[in-house]
Amino acid sequence: MSMKTMSEAELRERTRALLAEVHPDKVDRTTFRRAQFDHGLAWVRFPEGHGGLGLTANLQQIVNDEIRKNAKTFYEDMAINPIGIGMGGPVVLTHGTEEMKKRLLRPLFTGEEIWCQLFSEPGAGSDVAGLSTRAVRDGDDWIVNGQKVWTTLAHLSKWGMLVARTNPDVPKHEGMSYFLLDMQSPGVEVRPLYQITGEAEFNEIFMTDVRIPGDRILGHEGDGWKVAITTLMNERTSLGGGGGSRGSGPIATLLRLWKNREKAAFTQASEAVMRDRITQLHIECELLRLTGMRAKAGLRSGIPGPEGSVGKLAMAEINKRLWECSLDVMGSSSLLYEAGYELKRPELHGRASRVEEHAKYQFLRSRANSIEGGTSEVMRNILGERVLGLPGEPRVDKNVPWKDIPRGV
Amino acid sequence: MHFTFTEEHEELRRTVRRFLEQRSDEQAVRRAMETERGYDDDVWSQMAGQMGLQGLIVPAEHGGAGLGWVEMMVVLEEMGRSLLCAPYLSTAVLAAGALVEAGSEEARSEILPGIASGETIATLAFVDDGRGWDVADVQMQATKDGDGWKLSGVKNFVLDGHTADVILVVARGPDGLSLFRVDAGAAGLERALLPTLDLTRKLARVSFSSTPAKRVGASGDLTSQLRRVLDLAVVGLVAEQVGGAQRCLEMSTEYARTRLQFGRPIGSFQAIKHRCADMLVSVEFAKSAAYNAGFTAAEGDGDLASAAHIAKSYCSEAYFHAAADNIQIHGGMGFTWEHPAHLYFKRAKSSSVLFGDPMQHREQLAQSLGI
Repeated sequence: MSMKTMSEAELRERTRALLAEVHPDKVDRTTFRRAQFDHGLAWVRFPEGHGGLGLTANLQQIVNDEIRKNAKTFYEDMAINPIGIGMGGPVVLTHGTEEMKKRLLRPLFTGEEIWCQLFSEPGAGSDVAGLSTRAVRDGDDWIVNGQKVWTTLAHLSKWGMLVARTNPDVPKHEGMSYFLLDMQSPGVEVRPLYQITGEAEFNEIFMTDVRIPGDRILGHEGDGWKVAITTLMNERTSLGGGGGSRGSGPIATLLRLWKNREKAAFTQASEAVMRDRITQLHIECELLRLTGMRAKAGLRSGIPGPEGSVGKLAMAEINKRLWECSLDVMGSSSLLYEAGYELKRPELHGRASRVEEHAKYQFLRSRANSIEGGTSEVMRNILGERVLGLPGEPRVDKNVPWKDIPRGV
Repeated sequence: MHFTFTEEHEELRRTVRRFLEQRSDEQAVRRAMETERGYDDDVWSQMAGQMGLQGLIVPAEHGGAGLGWVEMMVVLEEMGRSLLCAPYLSTAVLAAGALVEAGSEEARSEILPGIASGETIATLAFVDDGRGWDVADVQMQATKDGDGWKLSGVKNFVLDGHTADVILVVARGPDGLSLFRVDAGAAGLERALLPTLDLTRKLARVSFSSTPAKRVGASGDLTSQLRRVLDLAVVGLVAEQVGGAQRCLEMSTEYARTRLQFGRPIGSFQAIKHRCADMLVSVEFAKSAAYNAGFTAAEGDGDLASAAHIAKSYCSEAYFHAAADNIQIHGGMGFTWEHPAHLYFKRAKSSSVLFGDPMQHREQLAQSLGI
């Protein structure tokens, strides 16, 4: 991809030209997003003809600012097609054929085709490269059997990014391939996976003799891990904290709960302890936010530092402690879960609830923060090895054919 | 807040680091900390003569560099990293800061040029014996005596109070809190070096008994100006803490990479690796806290008090834990006198207490947030 130059003013001008032609307040989402894509303003870092202008990624902010300034309607990528736009687009751009880019990127951006990611398995969590889903050649096609888990949006998806084992006789990283799976294919079964909150944000996917045409492979046979890494790198950059203003977000909820507390339930001593805990959390939330700003400043100046990698780990651990503290503030009323545990799909934009109920929900939901998108233990390995340069653990699965590695069910 | 260090800042950092690597290496630190004065005169005069460090925040018209708190932060981060033993925090940060923020025009012209040239060691004596680190805690009275003033009472934990040529004393006059100058050798002045936990930072107990003093504060009650002086001193101290914590992290990871046990580097064990990773997270957070406080001080329009409370609370604990973990990761070697780990550990503890401990700063922050 060649980096072109275009001044901010020119880019603003181009965005205003789009709005003059098609205005999001006046047309439906698909019509507007198609036009945005065709004007190269979907993701300016992509090449021309694929929704971009070949500019640097940070310039997208200019386009978004200009749309926000001139329209009441603004479509958040993360609300439309989070996995598709966050990971699917970049991986197709990097590893896809020209035909794939032409066929897939536009409906991905508009949200006409939702994407999901089929990596994790019941037997392959942190060790995702140990996965067992098998893809076996059948003429030009592939036949897939196996189970995937923790799949966001699979029940609404058209496309799944599937990593499956195509050669069990070589070491694990070398024997995988990366496929685009049409989720409507016969043999694909999507079941909701209910969490400790009672909600099912995620799915389990069962694949039984699913046929994938041979031209739906990304990269070459055996390149699955390399391609998956591209996807995961994009996941890391889309996670991590750093937004909002001082004192906003979860810490504001905690402070509100503290103001609403049952004062008679606290002794002088317990009140002093709680005040110190809350203040400590306020400090850490503020430093999470400032560290995110430092990371962004580092990216802008072209020297990304370690501050970027610490965000995910820190956010997960702080968030859990914050919601634990919230329940302690609520005291005996934390014995209750007023919303109940009806097993269901979450409502797309969340439901309005009392601040106390919201906190109890978050208390449960935040347990996943240090598991999803890389456990805190894996994040510490990454920080230790990639940032601090510490040596890796001796490996028992290195240079061993995948089929000979001990594994559970 | 933009958190952008310029190329000039980086150049300053490199220059100061090079200088300190030569003149404040471990041997130099150990030599200086064993002396009663606590610093090396040659190093001190080079710091002033060659690099102009003592006059960093002193305005140009008083012979200083007229730079700001971002530059001060860069310099102090390097000094903390090398455990420089020198009356710098007392002279160039506390005393110079007090004169710039709260001093009369006359006092500035009298004292600041000597500070900038490195000839004057100065300090700020503000903690009353038995009281806290907040300037509002000060009860010591200054009484009028002809054209001048007299001070009686005891100031404790005075940084470099035993060597200072000029002691700026915070005391209450008829219009409220103000600043008074007492020179070394004044009548009724007694100074005792305290036996400190941290040998690299000298503290003294300073007693005044009808000691003649000159009022050097600007007119009126200076409580809010002196609070700002202490907030700025916190900015300096947290920068030192960040430098020390970063050094502890580097020592730990270096040792974990090279120390072999059970046939492998100990850093390959997750028990050690994860400790280092957690240290990295808290050092990065400490940098965010310190830089935020420094840039807020430099820009002059934000909530400096809150930024200082956040930074002092977090950086104190981050440095202490980094220094403590550094000992643990070094094992038996880390517990020896010969190894520098204890120098950082003791500096971390003393820095945590100096200018108010983390709990005090959280209490003040809690009050301002209405928690």
